[in-house]
Amino acid sequence: MQLEYFLLLAAALFCIGVYGLVTSRNVIRVLMSIELMLNAVNLNLMAFSNFLDPQGIKGQVFAVFVITIAAAEAAVGLAIVLSIYRNRDTVDMEQFNLLKW
Amino acid sequence: MNLAEGVQLVSLLLLSAMMLGAALGVVLLSNIVYSAFLLGGVFVSISGLYILLNAGFVAAAQVLIYVGAVNVLILFGIMLVNKQRDFTPIPNAWIGKLATGVVCLGLFALLGAMVLGTPWALSTEAAAGDAAIMLIGEHFFSDFLLPFELASILLLMALVGAIILARREFLPDEDLDQPADQVLTLPERPRELVSAGSTGNTADESGDR
Repeated sequence: MQLEYFLLLAAALFCIGVYGLVTSRNVIRVLMSIELMLNAVNLNLMAFSNFLDPQGIKGQVFAVFVITIAAAEAAVGLAIVLSIYRNRDTVDMEQFNLLKW
Repeated sequence: MNLAEGVQLVSLLLLSAMMLGAALGVVLLSNIVYSAFLLGGVFVSISGLYILLNAGFVAAAQVLIYVGAVNVLILFGIMLVNKQRDFTPIPNAWIGKLATGVVCLGLFALLGAMVLGTPWALSTEAAAGDAAIMLIGEHFFSDFLLPFELASILLLMALVGAIILARREFLPDEDLDQPADQVLTLPERPRELVSAGSTGNTADESGDR
């Protein structure tokens, strides 16, 4: 039964991340929501690794890769935010209509 | 995990309450600095959950990378970008928020029904425990060697890309007039040079700068 607890927890964290991703207007908060979603995925991987594959632990290897990619994503995302802030002088998502038609 | 069943359950409850509360705070609080610090709380709680899942190495990596690097990076980003000015309100913004909330609750219900309805093939083997570090190392250098090397290349690319994107571009007017020899250098703020003709205090001052 413990596996289901962890999976439900990860699902709740993922849904909170999706809500923050869609509704927040500050770009940095959007980046934080993406980190929440990545962590939810990691929690899923670790739960599967512990309960379904306790001797092979491929899930932990996958989680380490996801952590690496998330760190790279945060660095590049914040660089893009800084660059946009310099050009448009705002961090409001509603005013980033560069790619909107 | 050689803790008693009850201790595991209580710590799971405490950690999940901490994690969900902090995650809701990240999303819902209006002050973004509070959100960033609560994000650190989410990361630390998830690291505790990893320890409950017999994964000490990944828990340590989580604290080091997320709390030590990503969260500090986000705090620096807030510090560089923060503008004490409220966003202009959008009319009928609550409809979007309500719709998003309904969609997220529906997604959670769907995921929950899937999780509870699936017959998981639970393994009865003992967990690897502290031998997990050696197992992870073996995976990295045998069957996951190519992704491991690709991850290092990706980190290098992200490093270079972040520096290129975030560097301050500044084109002084005189650079536009000089062709050829300066074309290949990236535009950058010119350094203040010590003028050769000046003597005494002025030269010292500009040298100190």
